[in-house]
Amino acid sequence: MFLLQNLHLISATLNKNKRRTFLTMLGIIIGVAAVIFINSVGAGAQSLIFNQIKSIGSNLIGILPGGSEESGPPASVMGIIITTLTYDDAEAIINRVSHIDGVSSYVSGSATVSWHSESLDTSFTGTTASYVQVEDTQVAEGRFFTKDEEKDLSKVVVLGSQAKEDLFGDQDALGETLRIKKESFRVIGVLKKRGSSGFQNYDSQVFVPLFTAQKIMLGIKHVSFIRAKVDSEDHIDDAVEQIKQLLRERHDIANPEQDDFSVRNQAQALQTLGSVTDALRLFMAAIAGLGLLVGGIGIMNIMLVAVNERIREIGLRKAVGATYKNILRQFLAETIFISSLSGLIGIVIGIFLSFLTSLIVKSLGYSWEFVVSLQSIILGFGVSFLVGLIFGVYPARKAARLEPVEALRYE
Amino acid sequence: MSLIKVENLCKDYKNDSILTPVLHHLNFNIEKGDFVAIMGPSGSGKSTLMHILGLLDRPSCGTYELDGKDVTKMNDDELAKLRNHKIGFVFQSFNLLPRTSVLENVKLPLFYSHIPLKEHNERAQKALESVGLGKRLNYLSNQLSGGEKQRVAIARALVTEPEVIFADEPTGNLDSKSGGQVMEILQNLNIEKEHHHTVILVTHETYTAEFAERIIRLKDGQILSDEKVLNRKKAEDGLIK
Repeated sequence: MFLLQNLHLISATLNKNKRRTFLTMLGIIIGVAAVIFINSVGAGAQSLIFNQIKSIGSNLIGILPGGSEESGPPASVMGIIITTLTYDDAEAIINRVSHIDGVSSYVSGSATVSWHSESLDTSFTGTTASYVQVEDTQVAEGRFFTKDEEKDLSKVVVLGSQAKEDLFGDQDALGETLRIKKESFRVIGVLKKRGSSGFQNYDSQVFVPLFTAQKIMLGIKHVSFIRAKVDSEDHIDDAVEQIKQLLRERHDIANPEQDDFSVRNQAQALQTLGSVTDALRLFMAAIAGLGLLVGGIGIMNIMLVAVNERIREIGLRKAVGATYKNILRQFLAETIFISSLSGLIGIVIGIFLSFLTSLIVKSLGYSWEFVVSLQSIILGFGVSFLVGLIFGVYPARKAARLEPVEALRYE
Repeated sequence: MSLIKVENLCKDYKNDSILTPVLHHLNFNIEKGDFVAIMGPSGSGKSTLMHILGLLDRPSCGTYELDGKDVTKMNDDELAKLRNHKIGFVFQSFNLLPRTSVLENVKLPLFYSHIPLKEHNERAQKALESVGLGKRLNYLSNQLSGGEKQRVAIARALVTEPEVIFADEPTGNLDSKSGGQVMEILQNLNIEKEHHHTVILVTHETYTAEFAERIIRLKDGQILSDEKVLNRKKAEDGLIK
C-alpha cells in the first residue's frame, strides 16, 4: 500500500506546516463530526418518539371518522369535523368483534378549569369507563368513573397528575368541586403520571364521562375517535378487518372506497413517522455532506499551494529517480492522509458531542438512547478518505507532470 | 566501449514558434573513470548539455548512448530508473530537503531504488562517512554550513553507487576553503580505487576546471576545444580564487 511507503514523507511535511495543516483539516473535521452528530441525535430522537408511541401500546387499533388512503392522513387530522362515528359504533365493536379486550370512545375540547382562586387552561377528554383498561393507565388516588356514570350525565372529573399538581399542589383533591365551563364537577380520582406521548401530554388533561362531555359541554352526538384493544398482536389484522366489515354494515356502505371511517393500527403510525424522520435525517446528512465538499476544496487548494512551494523538491526527487507514479502517489497519499486523519478526529469529536447531548437530554428527564451507528462511522471515514482521493488527484497530477529541468530551475 | 557516446547531438528550444538553437551537432565520447570538465561562459549551452547527459532533458536530434544503450528512445519512467541507477547529481544550490535530517536527505535516492529497505541506513551512513560527515547524521539540513551542505549533496549522489556523477557548478555558492574541500572530495572519488567514479564537472571557472583530467570547452553551443589538462591541479593544492 503506497500510503505506508509514503508515511515518513507525509509525517515530515505535516510537522513542518502544523498550523496550516490543522486549519486545512478543520473543514473535514467539522463536516465529519456533523455527520456523526446528526446521525446519532437523529437516531436518538427517533427512538425516543417510537418508544413513547409504543408505550401507548402496540395492540391498539384507532378508529377515526372519515375515509382516507391507506398511507395518507385521515380527514379529522386536517381539522375537518366528521360526525359519522358514534358511541353505538363502539358498543357494537365490543359486542360483535372477536379478540377485542376493550373499546373506549373519545371526545375532547379545551376549557378553563378553576378551583377557588386557582385556574388552569387545559384540554378535557370525555371518555368511557373502559379508558383505564384500554390505555393501560393507573389511578393514583380515588377511582375512575363507572360504566353507569359514563352515560348518566354525572358531573364527576378525574385529573391527570400534572393538572392536579397545578391546581391543588400538595393539597388533597378528592371530593373537591371544580368549575369547568360554568358547571361544577366533583373530583373522584387522580391518575398516575404517564409522561408525554408523541404530541399529547395526558398528564395535564382532565377526564370527564363521555355523555357529560358530549351533551353538557360540547353539544354533540358523535365521538372524535374510538380505540379498541386487541388481545394479542397476532389478531390485529383480523380485528381490523372485522371492525371494517361491522362499520360498513352499520353505516350502509357497499363500496369500501366510500368508507366514512378509517381504521389504523400502531404499526402503520410508526411506519409513517419513521419515513418522516428518515427524510429529515437524510436532509441533515446532505447538508453535512456539503460541508465535506467545501472541506475537500479547501484541501485541494492547500495542496496546490504545497505543490507550488515544493516545485524544486519535486525536481530533485525526479532527478534522483522518482517516476511520474512516485510523485503522484506521494502527493495523493499526503492528501488522503490529511483528509482521513481529519475524518478520524471528526468521528471522535462527533461521538463526544453526541454523548454530551445524550447526557443533557437525559438530565432533562427524557429516556434518551445514546446510539452511534457503525454505518455512520464507516460513512464518515469513507467519505473523508474519498474526499482526499478525489481532491488530491488534481494537485498530485500537477506535481507529477512537472518537467525535471524546469522544476530544478524554478525560483 | 565508452560510457558516454554522443553523435550529432543538438538541442533547440521552441518559444512562440521561434526556434532557438542551443547545441549544434556535438560529437564526443567519455570513458569510464574519466574526470571531464565542461566549460564555457553563461549561455554557451553547458547546462543544457549537462541536463541532456544527465537524462533530465532530451536532445532535439542526434544520438546519445549511455553505457551502450541509446537513451533517446526511452520513455520517462525508463529514464527515471536510469537516473536512479547510474547517475548522481550535485547542484550549485545543493537542493537538500529543508528541515530534514542529513541521513534522510542522503537516503532519498534509495527510496526510489530497488535496494532493500534494511540496507538504506547503512549505505547512507557509509556515503556520509566518505565525505567526512559520519558524525552529523541527525543534523537538520538547515543547520549546516554551505560546504557541509554540498558534501551532503555529494553523499546523496554517491549513495546508489552510480556510474557517473554530474556536478553543476558545485563550488559556485561556496567560499574558497569549502570549495576546495568539495573539489578534493570529487577528485578523490575519481582517483581512489574503491570508488573510481566517472565525474563530469560543469563550470565557468578555469581554476575549478583544472581539477579535471580533460576539459571540453563550449561556446555558442559548439565545441571550441577538447583537450587534456596539462598541469592538473591536485586536491591538496587547494582552491585559490
